[in-house]
Amino acid sequence: MSAASTKTDIAATQAALKSGKQTSIELTTQLLAEIDKRRDLNAFVQITREQALKQAAASDALLRAGKGRALEGVPISIKANMCAKGIETTAASRVLEGFVPTYTATVVQKIMDAGAVIVGSTNMDEFGMGSSTENSCYGPSKNPIGVALGKPDLSPGGSSGGGAAAVAANLCFASLATDTGGSIRQPASFCGVVGFKPSYGLCSRWGIMAYASSLDQAGVIGKTVRDTATVLDVMIGEDVKDSTSLKPVGTSLVAALDDQAKKKWRVGFPREFRDLVQTPILKSVWEAAEQRVKAMGGELVEVSLPHAKYALPAYYILALSEASSNLARYDGVRYGHRSATASDITDMYEKSRAEGFGRETKKRILLGTFALSAGYYDQYYEKARRIRTLLANDFRAAFKSVDVLVWPTTPTPPFAFNSHSADPLTMYLEDVFTVPVNLAGLPAVSIPILSSPEGLPMGLTVTGPHLGDQAVARVAHEIEREIG
Amino acid sequence: MHVDEKTVRRIASLARLKVTDAEAKSLEGELSGILDWVTMLDEVDTKGVEPMTSVEATSLRLREDKVTDGNIGADVTRNAPLKEDNFFVVPKVVE
Repeated sequence: MSAASTKTDIAATQAALKSGKQTSIELTTQLLAEIDKRRDLNAFVQITREQALKQAAASDALLRAGKGRALEGVPISIKANMCAKGIETTAASRVLEGFVPTYTATVVQKIMDAGAVIVGSTNMDEFGMGSSTENSCYGPSKNPIGVALGKPDLSPGGSSGGGAAAVAANLCFASLATDTGGSIRQPASFCGVVGFKPSYGLCSRWGIMAYASSLDQAGVIGKTVRDTATVLDVMIGEDVKDSTSLKPVGTSLVAALDDQAKKKWRVGFPREFRDLVQTPILKSVWEAAEQRVKAMGGELVEVSLPHAKYALPAYYILALSEASSNLARYDGVRYGHRSATASDITDMYEKSRAEGFGRETKKRILLGTFALSAGYYDQYYEKARRIRTLLANDFRAAFKSVDVLVWPTTPTPPFAFNSHSADPLTMYLEDVFTVPVNLAGLPAVSIPILSSPEGLPMGLTVTGPHLGDQAVARVAHEIEREIG
Repeated sequence: MHVDEKTVRRIASLARLKVTDAEAKSLEGELSGILDWVTMLDEVDTKGVEPMTSVEATSLRLREDKVTDGNIGADVTRNAPLKEDNFFVVPKVVE
Protein backbone atom coordinates (compact mmCIF):
# COMPACT_ATOMS: atom_id res chain seq x y z
CA MET A 1 0.00 0.00 0.00
CA SER A 2 1.18 3.54 -0.69
CA ALA A 3 2.63 5.71 2.06
CA ALA A 4 -0.07 7.46 4.03
CA SER A 5 -0.36 11.16 3.36
CA THR A 6 -0.18 13.40 6.37
CA LYS A 7 -0.39 16.51 4.21
CA THR A 8 -4.00 16.31 3.09
CA ASP A 9 -6.99 17.84 4.84
CA ILE A 10 -9.54 15.95 6.92
CA ALA A 11 -12.07 15.60 4.09
CA ALA A 12 -9.52 13.87 1.82
CA THR A 13 -8.27 11.73 4.71
CA GLN A 14 -11.78 10.61 5.57
CA ALA A 15 -12.43 9.68 1.94
CA ALA A 16 -9.22 7.60 1.81
CA LEU A 17 -10.05 5.91 5.13
CA LYS A 18 -13.63 5.16 4.15
CA SER A 19 -12.69 3.68 0.79
CA GLY A 20 -10.04 1.49 2.41
CA LYS A 21 -7.24 3.06 0.34
CA GLN A 22 -5.59 3.91 3.61
CA THR A 23 -5.85 2.54 7.14
CA SER A 24 -5.77 4.65 10.27
CA ILE A 25 -2.89 2.51 11.57
CA GLU A 26 -0.79 3.41 8.52
CA LEU A 27 -1.69 7.05 8.81
CA THR A 28 -1.10 7.21 12.57
CA THR A 29 2.20 5.34 12.31
CA GLN A 30 3.37 7.70 9.58
CA LEU A 31 2.29 10.72 11.60
CA LEU A 32 4.04 9.52 14.77
CA ALA A 33 7.22 9.11 12.71
CA GLU A 34 6.83 12.67 11.39
CA ILE A 35 6.31 13.94 14.95
CA ASP A 36 9.57 12.25 15.97
CA LYS A 37 11.36 13.82 13.00
CA ARG A 38 10.14 17.28 13.95
CA ARG A 39 11.17 17.30 17.61
CA ASP A 40 13.02 20.53 16.72
CA LEU A 41 9.66 22.33 16.69
CA ASN A 42 8.89 21.42 20.32
CA ALA A 43 5.24 21.36 19.28
CA PHE A 44 4.23 18.37 21.43
CA VAL A 45 4.67 18.03 25.17
CA GLN A 46 3.17 14.51 25.35
CA ILE A 47 3.08 11.92 22.58
CA THR A 48 0.49 9.25 23.25
CA ARG A 49 1.96 6.64 20.91
CA GLU A 50 0.55 3.42 22.33
CA GLN A 51 -2.91 4.80 22.99
CA ALA A 52 -3.01 6.34 19.50
CA LEU A 53 -2.13 3.05 17.81
CA LYS A 54 -4.77 1.24 19.87
CA GLN A 55 -7.40 3.82 18.91
CA ALA A 56 -6.33 3.61 15.27
CA ALA A 57 -6.71 -0.18 15.26
CA ALA A 58 -10.17 0.12 16.78
CA SER A 59 -11.08 2.73 14.16
CA ASP A 60 -9.88 0.49 11.34
CA ALA A 61 -12.13 -2.31 12.58
CA LEU A 62 -15.14 0.01 12.60
CA LEU A 63 -14.27 1.45 9.19
CA ARG A 64 -14.00 -2.06 7.72
CA ALA A 65 -17.43 -2.83 9.17
CA GLY A 66 -18.77 0.35 7.59
CA LYS A 67 -19.48 1.81 11.03
CA GLY A 68 -17.11 4.77 10.96
CA ARG A 69 -18.10 7.75 13.10
CA ALA A 70 -17.70 11.50 12.35
CA LEU A 71 -13.91 11.64 12.91
CA GLU A 72 -13.13 7.92 12.64
CA GLY A 73 -9.41 7.23 12.48
CA VAL A 74 -8.38 10.89 12.05
CA PRO A 75 -5.27 11.81 14.11
CA ILE A 76 -5.86 14.95 16.19
CA SER A 77 -3.88 16.62 19.00
CA ILE A 78 -5.15 18.39 22.11
CA LYS A 79 -3.79 21.41 23.98
CA ALA A 80 -1.78 20.73 27.15
CA ASN A 81 -4.50 22.36 29.32
CA MET A 82 -7.16 19.77 28.41
CA CYS A 83 -7.48 16.90 30.85
CA ALA A 84 -7.23 13.44 29.38
CA LYS A 85 -7.48 10.46 31.70
CA GLY A 86 -4.13 8.84 32.25
CA ILE A 87 -2.12 11.46 30.29
CA GLU A 88 0.06 13.90 32.22
CA THR A 89 -1.65 17.30 31.83
CA THR A 90 0.16 20.38 33.14
CA ALA A 91 -1.02 23.46 31.15
CA ALA A 92 2.76 23.89 30.63
CA SER A 93 3.21 24.79 34.30
CA ARG A 94 5.76 23.39 36.71
CA VAL A 95 3.08 23.71 39.40
CA LEU A 96 1.28 20.74 37.79
CA GLU A 97 4.31 18.59 37.04
CA GLY A 98 3.26 14.95 37.34
CA PHE A 99 -0.49 15.68 37.37
CA VAL A 100 -2.31 12.77 35.74
CA PRO A 101 -6.07 13.46 35.49
CA THR A 102 -8.51 10.74 36.49
CA TYR A 103 -11.09 12.14 34.08
CA THR A 104 -11.29 13.48 30.53
CA ALA A 105 -12.44 16.95 29.44
CA THR A 106 -15.84 16.92 27.72
CA VAL A 107 -14.53 18.27 24.40
CA VAL A 108 -11.75 15.67 24.33
CA GLN A 109 -14.20 12.88 25.21
CA LYS A 110 -16.52 14.04 22.43
CA ILE A 111 -13.87 13.81 19.71
CA MET A 112 -12.75 10.42 21.07
CA ASP A 113 -16.34 9.22 20.99
CA ALA A 114 -16.45 10.34 17.35
CA GLY A 115 -13.47 8.13 16.57
CA ALA A 116 -10.63 10.67 16.57
CA VAL A 117 -7.15 9.29 17.30
CA ILE A 118 -5.41 11.41 19.95
CA VAL A 119 -1.71 11.59 19.08
CA GLY A 120 -0.61 13.83 21.94
CA SER A 121 -0.86 17.17 23.67
CA THR A 122 0.65 20.38 22.38
CA ASN A 123 2.77 23.13 23.88
CA MET A 124 1.39 26.44 25.14
CA ASP A 125 2.14 29.43 27.32
CA GLU A 126 1.66 28.51 30.98
CA PHE A 127 -2.12 28.38 31.68
CA GLY A 128 -2.67 30.21 28.38
CA MET A 129 -0.89 33.32 29.62
CA GLY A 130 1.11 34.60 26.70
CA SER A 131 1.23 35.21 22.96
CA SER A 132 4.45 33.39 22.00
CA THR A 133 4.82 30.05 23.92
CA GLU A 134 7.87 31.59 25.60
CA ASN A 135 6.08 31.19 28.95
CA SER A 136 5.95 27.38 28.73
CA CYS A 137 7.81 25.29 31.31
CA TYR A 138 8.84 23.11 28.36
CA GLY A 139 10.47 26.00 26.49
CA PRO A 140 9.03 27.70 23.39
CA SER A 141 7.76 25.97 20.25
CA LYS A 142 9.21 27.03 16.92
CA ASN A 143 7.35 28.45 13.96
CA PRO A 144 7.53 25.84 11.15
CA ILE A 145 7.30 28.53 8.45
CA GLY A 146 10.15 30.41 10.11
CA VAL A 147 12.22 27.22 10.31
CA ALA A 148 11.62 26.54 6.60
CA LEU A 149 12.80 30.07 5.79
CA GLY A 150 15.96 29.68 7.86
CA LYS A 151 14.56 31.80 10.70
CA PRO A 152 14.23 29.39 13.64
CA ASP A 153 13.91 32.19 16.20
CA LEU A 154 10.39 33.16 15.09
CA SER A 155 7.53 32.51 17.51
CA PRO A 156 4.57 30.34 16.44
CA GLY A 157 2.39 32.69 18.50
CA GLY A 158 0.48 31.73 21.60
CA SER A 159 -0.84 30.59 23.74
CA SER A 160 -1.77 27.62 21.49
CA GLY A 161 1.56 27.90 19.62
CA GLY A 162 2.34 24.18 19.82
CA GLY A 163 -1.01 23.23 18.27
CA ALA A 164 -0.67 25.74 15.44
CA ALA A 165 2.91 24.60 14.75
CA ALA A 166 1.79 20.94 14.76
CA VAL A 167 -1.00 21.60 12.24
CA ALA A 168 1.22 23.77 10.02
CA ALA A 169 3.93 21.07 9.97
CA ASN A 170 1.38 18.33 9.14
CA LEU A 171 1.93 16.59 12.49
CA CYS A 172 -1.81 16.23 13.06
CA PHE A 173 -4.95 17.02 11.07
CA ALA A 174 -6.32 19.42 13.65
CA SER A 175 -5.57 20.56 17.17
CA LEU A 176 -8.08 21.24 19.91
CA ALA A 177 -7.16 24.58 21.48
CA THR A 178 -8.50 27.28 23.79
CA ASP A 179 -8.85 31.02 23.29
CA THR A 180 -9.15 33.52 26.14
CA GLY A 181 -7.85 36.61 24.33
CA GLY A 182 -6.69 35.31 20.96
CA SER A 183 -4.89 32.07 21.83
CA ILE A 184 -6.38 30.19 18.88
CA ARG A 185 -6.47 32.94 16.26
CA GLN A 186 -3.08 34.60 16.75
CA PRO A 187 -0.99 31.38 16.55
CA ALA A 188 -3.10 30.24 13.58
CA SER A 189 -2.25 33.55 11.89
CA PHE A 190 1.46 33.21 12.77
CA CYS A 191 1.66 29.65 11.40
CA GLY A 192 -0.43 30.20 8.26
CA VAL A 193 -3.33 27.94 9.29
CA VAL A 194 -7.00 28.37 10.27
CA GLY A 195 -8.11 29.02 13.87
CA PHE A 196 -11.79 28.91 14.83
CA LYS A 197 -12.98 30.16 18.21
CA PRO A 198 -16.74 29.55 18.45
CA SER A 199 -19.22 31.67 20.40
CA TYR A 200 -18.80 31.64 24.16
CA GLY A 201 -20.90 28.82 25.56
CA LEU A 202 -20.93 26.51 22.54
CA CYS A 203 -18.13 24.23 23.77
CA SER A 204 -18.02 22.85 27.29
CA ARG A 205 -15.14 24.14 29.42
CA TRP A 206 -15.37 21.17 31.78
CA GLY A 207 -12.00 19.48 32.27
CA ILE A 208 -10.07 22.37 30.75
CA MET A 209 -7.75 24.19 33.14
CA ALA A 210 -9.30 27.59 33.72
CA TYR A 211 -7.54 30.88 33.01
CA ALA A 212 -10.39 33.44 32.88
CA SER A 213 -13.70 31.61 32.95
CA SER A 214 -15.91 34.35 31.48
CA LEU A 215 -13.59 34.54 28.44
CA ASP A 216 -12.16 31.01 27.99
CA GLN A 217 -13.55 29.07 25.06
CA ALA A 218 -12.44 25.88 23.33
CA GLY A 219 -12.06 25.72 19.58
CA VAL A 220 -9.98 24.24 16.78
CA ILE A 221 -6.84 24.96 14.80
CA GLY A 222 -6.90 23.23 11.41
CA LYS A 223 -5.74 23.37 7.81
CA THR A 224 -8.99 24.67 6.31
CA VAL A 225 -12.22 26.31 7.48
CA ARG A 226 -14.02 23.09 6.57
CA ASP A 227 -11.69 21.02 8.76
CA THR A 228 -12.21 23.28 11.76
CA ALA A 229 -15.98 23.18 11.16
CA THR A 230 -15.94 19.38 10.93
CA VAL A 231 -14.20 19.04 14.29
CA LEU A 232 -16.21 21.82 15.96
CA ASP A 233 -19.49 20.19 14.95
CA VAL A 234 -18.40 17.26 17.12
CA MET A 235 -17.19 19.40 20.05
CA ILE A 236 -20.18 21.73 20.29
CA GLY A 237 -23.01 20.89 22.69
CA GLU A 238 -24.59 21.63 26.02
CA ASP A 239 -22.90 19.97 28.99
CA VAL A 240 -24.51 19.56 32.41
CA LYS A 241 -21.01 19.86 33.88
CA ASP A 242 -20.55 23.43 32.54
CA SER A 243 -23.35 25.75 33.62
CA THR A 244 -22.34 28.34 30.98
CA SER A 245 -22.59 25.87 28.10
CA LEU A 246 -25.45 26.45 25.69
CA LYS A 247 -27.73 24.46 23.43
CA PRO A 248 -26.52 24.96 19.87
CA VAL A 249 -28.86 26.85 17.55
CA GLY A 250 -29.28 26.51 13.81
CA THR A 251 -27.62 24.10 11.42
CA SER A 252 -24.28 22.37 11.85
CA LEU A 253 -21.25 24.39 10.72
CA VAL A 254 -20.50 21.97 7.89
CA ALA A 255 -24.09 22.29 6.66
CA ALA A 256 -23.63 26.07 6.67
CA LEU A 257 -20.57 25.68 4.41
CA ASP A 258 -22.49 23.39 2.06
CA ASP A 259 -25.47 25.74 1.84
CA GLN A 260 -25.76 26.47 -1.87
CA ALA A 261 -28.07 29.47 -1.47
CA LYS A 262 -26.38 32.57 -2.83
CA LYS A 263 -26.23 35.36 -0.34
CA LYS A 264 -24.97 38.89 -0.73
CA TRP A 265 -23.02 39.22 2.49
CA ARG A 266 -22.80 42.57 4.20
CA VAL A 267 -19.24 42.66 5.49
CA GLY A 268 -18.35 45.40 7.94
CA PHE A 269 -14.97 46.81 8.80
CA PRO A 270 -14.62 48.82 12.00
CA ARG A 271 -13.27 52.33 11.46
CA GLU A 272 -11.34 52.13 14.75
CA PHE A 273 -9.34 49.14 13.51
CA ARG A 274 -8.80 50.68 10.12
CA ASP A 275 -7.21 53.64 11.92
CA LEU A 276 -4.65 51.21 13.35
CA VAL A 277 -3.69 50.04 9.85
CA GLN A 278 -0.60 52.16 9.34
CA THR A 279 2.14 49.76 8.23
CA PRO A 280 2.61 48.49 4.65
CA ILE A 281 1.89 44.90 5.68
CA LEU A 282 -1.37 45.81 7.45
CA LYS A 283 -2.39 47.92 4.46
CA SER A 284 -1.86 44.92 2.18
CA VAL A 285 -3.98 42.75 4.47
CA TRP A 286 -6.71 45.36 4.39
CA GLU A 287 -6.60 45.66 0.60
CA ALA A 288 -6.56 41.90 0.14
CA ALA A 289 -9.60 41.58 2.41
CA GLU A 290 -11.48 44.21 0.42
CA GLN A 291 -10.66 42.47 -2.86
CA ARG A 292 -11.78 39.05 -1.60
CA VAL A 293 -15.04 40.40 -0.22
CA LYS A 294 -15.77 42.12 -3.53
CA ALA A 295 -14.80 39.00 -5.48
CA MET A 296 -17.31 36.90 -3.52
CA GLY A 297 -19.99 39.47 -4.26
CA GLY A 298 -20.12 40.91 -0.76
CA GLU A 299 -20.92 44.47 0.16
CA LEU A 300 -18.37 46.38 2.26
CA VAL A 301 -19.77 48.61 4.98
CA GLU A 302 -17.90 50.83 7.40
CA VAL A 303 -19.05 50.50 11.00
CA SER A 304 -17.91 52.00 14.28
CA LEU A 305 -16.95 50.36 17.58
CA PRO A 306 -16.37 53.49 19.67
CA HIS A 307 -15.05 51.58 22.68
CA ALA A 308 -12.69 49.27 20.78
CA LYS A 309 -9.63 51.18 21.94
CA TYR A 310 -10.47 50.39 25.56
CA ALA A 311 -10.89 46.66 24.96
CA LEU A 312 -7.27 45.76 25.60
CA PRO A 313 -6.79 47.37 29.03
CA ALA A 314 -10.29 46.24 30.10
CA TYR A 315 -9.47 42.73 28.94
CA TYR A 316 -6.26 42.57 30.95
CA ILE A 317 -7.99 43.77 34.13
CA LEU A 318 -10.78 41.19 33.76
CA ALA A 319 -8.66 38.26 32.59
CA LEU A 320 -6.07 38.77 35.32
CA SER A 321 -8.69 39.26 38.03
CA GLU A 322 -10.36 36.01 37.06
CA ALA A 323 -6.98 34.30 36.80
CA SER A 324 -5.98 35.34 40.31
CA SER A 325 -9.11 33.63 41.57
CA ASN A 326 -8.92 30.55 39.31
CA LEU A 327 -5.27 29.88 40.07
CA ALA A 328 -5.83 30.03 43.84
CA ARG A 329 -6.53 26.29 43.62
CA TYR A 330 -2.83 25.52 43.04
CA ASP A 331 -1.87 25.44 46.69
CA GLY A 332 0.17 22.27 47.04
CA VAL A 333 -2.60 20.40 48.87
CA ARG A 334 -4.77 18.48 46.41
CA TYR A 335 -2.48 18.21 43.40
CA GLY A 336 0.64 19.63 41.89
CA HIS A 337 3.85 20.88 43.35
CA ARG A 338 4.40 21.14 47.10
CA SER A 339 7.48 22.88 48.44
CA ALA A 340 9.83 20.60 50.30
CA THR A 341 11.07 23.31 52.65
CA ALA A 342 7.82 24.71 54.11
CA SER A 343 7.74 25.45 57.86
CA ASP A 344 3.96 25.89 58.30
CA ILE A 345 0.83 25.87 56.16
CA THR A 346 1.02 29.51 54.98
CA ASP A 347 4.69 29.04 54.17
CA MET A 348 3.72 25.89 52.27
CA TYR A 349 1.17 27.78 50.14
CA GLU A 350 3.52 30.67 49.46
CA LYS A 351 6.58 28.57 48.63
CA SER A 352 4.71 25.93 46.61
CA ARG A 353 3.17 28.63 44.44
CA ALA A 354 6.39 30.64 44.16
CA GLU A 355 8.33 27.55 43.09
CA GLY A 356 5.61 26.22 40.78
CA PHE A 357 4.44 29.25 38.78
CA GLY A 358 6.49 30.93 36.06
CA ARG A 359 7.28 34.61 36.20
CA GLU A 360 4.56 35.86 33.84
CA THR A 361 1.91 33.84 35.67
CA LYS A 362 3.03 35.30 39.01
CA LYS A 363 2.86 38.79 37.56
CA ARG A 364 -0.66 38.20 36.27
CA ILE A 365 -1.84 36.72 39.58
CA LEU A 366 -0.43 39.75 41.42
CA LEU A 367 -2.09 42.23 39.05
CA GLY A 368 -5.40 40.41 39.32
CA THR A 369 -5.17 40.27 43.09
CA PHE A 370 -4.46 44.00 43.14
CA ALA A 371 -7.41 44.81 40.85
CA LEU A 372 -9.73 42.87 43.16
CA SER A 373 -8.30 44.16 46.44
CA ALA A 374 -10.12 46.43 48.87
CA GLY A 375 -9.98 50.05 47.78
CA TYR A 376 -9.21 49.26 44.12
CA TYR A 377 -12.07 46.92 43.15
CA ASP A 378 -14.36 49.70 41.86
CA GLN A 379 -11.57 51.60 40.13
CA TYR A 380 -10.30 48.61 38.17
CA TYR A 381 -12.48 45.49 38.13
CA GLU A 382 -15.91 47.17 38.18
CA LYS A 383 -14.78 49.81 35.71
CA ALA A 384 -13.55 47.16 33.29
CA ARG A 385 -16.82 45.22 33.58
CA ARG A 386 -18.79 48.35 32.68
CA ILE A 387 -16.57 48.98 29.68
CA ARG A 388 -17.16 45.37 28.66
CA THR A 389 -20.89 46.16 28.53
CA LEU A 390 -20.24 49.21 26.34
CA LEU A 391 -18.07 47.21 23.95
CA ALA A 392 -20.62 44.37 23.70
CA ASN A 393 -23.26 47.03 22.90
CA ASP A 394 -21.00 48.50 20.19
CA PHE A 395 -20.83 45.09 18.53
CA ARG A 396 -24.60 44.57 18.86
CA ALA A 397 -25.20 47.92 17.15
CA ALA A 398 -22.72 47.10 14.37
CA PHE A 399 -24.36 43.74 13.64
CA LYS A 400 -27.64 45.53 12.98
CA SER A 401 -26.20 46.74 9.68
CA VAL A 402 -23.75 43.94 8.78
CA ASP A 403 -23.64 40.12 8.85
CA VAL A 404 -19.98 39.81 9.78
CA LEU A 405 -16.95 41.99 10.48
CA VAL A 406 -13.39 41.59 9.15
CA TRP A 407 -10.02 42.97 10.22
CA PRO A 408 -6.40 41.76 10.45
CA THR A 409 -5.72 39.10 13.14
CA THR A 410 -2.31 40.41 14.21
CA PRO A 411 -0.47 43.75 13.99
CA THR A 412 2.64 42.09 12.50
CA PRO A 413 3.85 38.84 10.95
CA PRO A 414 5.43 36.38 13.45
CA PHE A 415 7.84 38.16 15.77
CA ALA A 416 11.13 36.79 17.12
CA PHE A 417 11.61 35.33 20.59
CA ASN A 418 12.72 37.85 23.22
CA SER A 419 11.60 40.75 21.03
CA HIS A 420 9.33 42.04 23.81
CA SER A 421 11.60 41.48 26.79
CA ALA A 422 12.76 45.11 27.07
CA ASP A 423 9.18 46.31 27.61
CA PRO A 424 6.82 43.45 28.55
CA LEU A 425 3.76 45.69 28.06
CA THR A 426 4.43 45.62 24.30
CA MET A 427 3.61 41.88 24.34
CA TYR A 428 0.12 42.70 25.66
CA LEU A 429 -0.37 45.14 22.78
CA GLU A 430 0.04 42.25 20.31
CA ASP A 431 -3.49 41.17 21.32
CA VAL A 432 -5.18 44.40 20.19
CA PHE A 433 -7.11 42.74 17.34
CA THR A 434 -8.08 39.56 19.18
CA VAL A 435 -9.39 40.43 22.68
CA PRO A 436 -12.50 42.46 21.72
CA VAL A 437 -14.09 39.27 20.40
CA ASN A 438 -13.60 37.46 23.72
CA LEU A 439 -15.02 40.31 25.77
CA ALA A 440 -18.23 40.16 23.75
CA GLY A 441 -18.22 36.33 23.53
CA LEU A 442 -18.34 36.36 19.72
CA PRO A 443 -17.39 33.63 17.24
CA ALA A 444 -14.28 34.39 15.16
CA VAL A 445 -12.14 32.62 12.58
CA SER A 446 -8.65 33.57 11.47
CA ILE A 447 -7.74 32.47 7.94
CA PRO A 448 -4.42 32.98 6.14
CA ILE A 449 -4.85 35.93 3.77
CA LEU A 450 -1.36 36.65 2.43
CA SER A 451 2.37 36.30 2.93
CA SER A 452 4.69 39.18 3.70
CA PRO A 453 7.50 39.94 1.21
CA GLU A 454 9.72 37.71 3.41
CA GLY A 455 7.21 34.86 3.06
CA LEU A 456 5.65 35.14 6.52
CA PRO A 457 1.91 34.60 6.97
CA MET A 458 -0.72 37.15 7.95
CA GLY A 459 -4.24 36.20 8.99
CA LEU A 460 -7.63 37.82 8.50
CA THR A 461 -10.28 37.65 11.22
CA VAL A 462 -13.94 37.11 10.39
CA THR A 463 -16.27 37.63 13.32
CA GLY A 464 -20.02 37.66 13.80
CA PRO A 465 -22.70 38.12 16.44
CA HIS A 466 -22.96 35.77 19.43
CA LEU A 467 -24.23 32.39 18.15
CA GLY A 468 -23.75 33.57 14.56
CA ASP A 469 -21.08 30.91 14.03
CA GLN A 470 -22.62 29.61 10.81
CA ALA A 471 -22.33 32.99 9.06
CA VAL A 472 -18.75 33.37 10.27
CA ALA A 473 -17.83 29.90 8.99
CA ARG A 474 -19.53 30.50 5.66
CA VAL A 475 -17.93 33.89 4.95
CA ALA A 476 -14.48 32.68 6.08
CA HIS A 477 -14.92 29.69 3.77
CA GLU A 478 -15.87 31.91 0.83
CA ILE A 479 -12.94 34.26 1.39
CA GLU A 480 -10.64 31.24 1.71
CA ARG A 481 -11.97 29.97 -1.61
CA GLU A 482 -11.28 33.33 -3.27
CA ILE A 483 -7.66 33.07 -2.10
CA GLY A 484 -7.62 29.65 -3.73
CA MET B 1 -0.72 54.43 39.45
CA HIS B 2 2.56 53.73 41.18
CA VAL B 3 2.90 50.49 43.10
CA ASP B 4 5.71 50.59 45.66
CA GLU B 5 7.63 47.62 46.96
CA LYS B 6 5.55 47.54 50.14
CA THR B 7 2.36 47.23 48.09
CA VAL B 8 3.91 44.47 45.97
CA ARG B 9 4.64 42.58 49.20
CA ARG B 10 1.10 43.15 50.49
CA ILE B 11 -0.48 41.85 47.25
CA ALA B 12 1.93 38.92 47.19
CA SER B 13 0.85 38.01 50.68
CA LEU B 14 -2.84 38.22 49.67
CA ALA B 15 -2.07 36.01 46.67
CA ARG B 16 -0.04 33.60 48.82
CA LEU B 17 3.05 34.02 46.67
CA LYS B 18 6.51 34.24 48.20
CA VAL B 19 8.52 36.94 46.43
CA THR B 20 12.25 37.53 46.84
CA ASP B 21 13.65 41.03 47.37
CA ALA B 22 14.92 41.10 43.81
CA GLU B 23 11.52 40.01 42.44
CA ALA B 24 9.63 42.59 44.48
CA LYS B 25 11.94 45.29 43.16
CA SER B 26 11.55 44.34 39.49
CA LEU B 27 7.79 43.75 39.81
CA GLU B 28 7.36 47.22 41.28
CA GLY B 29 8.27 48.81 37.94
CA GLU B 30 6.42 46.33 35.78
CA LEU B 31 3.16 46.42 37.71
CA SER B 32 3.26 50.22 37.83
CA GLY B 33 3.78 50.36 34.07
CA ILE B 34 0.76 48.19 33.38
CA LEU B 35 -1.44 50.03 35.88
CA ASP B 36 -0.41 53.36 34.32
CA TRP B 37 -1.50 52.03 30.96
CA VAL B 38 -4.94 50.88 32.17
CA THR B 39 -5.71 54.33 33.59
CA MET B 40 -6.88 55.20 30.07
CA LEU B 41 -10.13 53.49 31.12
CA ASP B 42 -10.83 56.57 33.26
CA GLU B 43 -11.54 58.49 30.04
CA VAL B 44 -14.77 56.51 29.59
CA ASP B 45 -17.92 57.74 31.29
CA THR B 46 -19.51 54.59 32.72
CA LYS B 47 -22.11 56.25 34.89
CA GLY B 48 -25.32 54.21 34.79
CA VAL B 49 -23.74 51.39 32.78
CA GLU B 50 -24.43 47.91 34.14
CA PRO B 51 -21.29 45.82 34.69
CA MET B 52 -21.13 42.79 32.39
CA THR B 53 -20.62 39.51 34.20
CA SER B 54 -21.34 36.99 31.51
CA VAL B 55 -21.80 36.84 27.76
CA GLU B 56 -25.17 35.21 28.27
CA ALA B 57 -27.81 37.38 29.87
CA THR B 58 -29.59 34.36 31.32
CA SER B 59 -28.93 33.26 34.87
CA LEU B 60 -27.08 30.03 35.50
CA ARG B 61 -29.33 27.01 35.38
CA LEU B 62 -29.66 24.74 38.38
CA ARG B 63 -29.50 20.99 38.24
CA GLU B 64 -31.57 18.60 40.28
CA ASP B 65 -30.06 18.10 43.73
CA LYS B 66 -29.15 14.44 43.55
CA VAL B 67 -26.07 12.30 43.88
CA THR B 68 -24.47 11.69 40.49
CA ASP B 69 -21.31 9.91 41.58
CA GLY B 70 -19.37 9.02 44.72
CA ASN B 71 -17.03 6.52 46.30
CA ILE B 72 -14.13 7.89 44.27
CA GLY B 73 -11.95 8.97 47.19
CA ALA B 74 -8.93 7.24 45.70
CA ASP B 75 -9.41 9.13 42.41
CA VAL B 76 -9.91 12.47 44.17
CA THR B 77 -6.71 12.11 46.18
CA ARG B 78 -4.67 10.34 43.49
CA ASN B 79 -2.62 13.42 42.60
CA ALA B 80 -2.12 14.73 46.15
CA PRO B 81 1.51 15.42 47.04
CA LEU B 82 0.87 13.91 50.48
CA LYS B 83 -2.07 11.74 51.51
CA GLU B 84 -3.15 9.10 53.99
CA ASP B 85 -6.10 6.76 53.43
CA ASN B 86 -7.79 9.11 50.92
CA PHE B 87 -7.19 12.16 53.13
CA PHE B 88 -5.10 15.16 52.10
CA VAL B 89 -2.25 15.72 54.55
CA VAL B 90 -1.13 19.29 55.37
CA PRO B 91 1.23 20.78 57.96
CA LYS B 92 -0.26 21.13 61.44
CA VAL B 93 -2.70 24.08 61.57
CA VAL B 94 -3.95 23.88 65.18
CA GLU B 95 -1.58 24.10 68.13
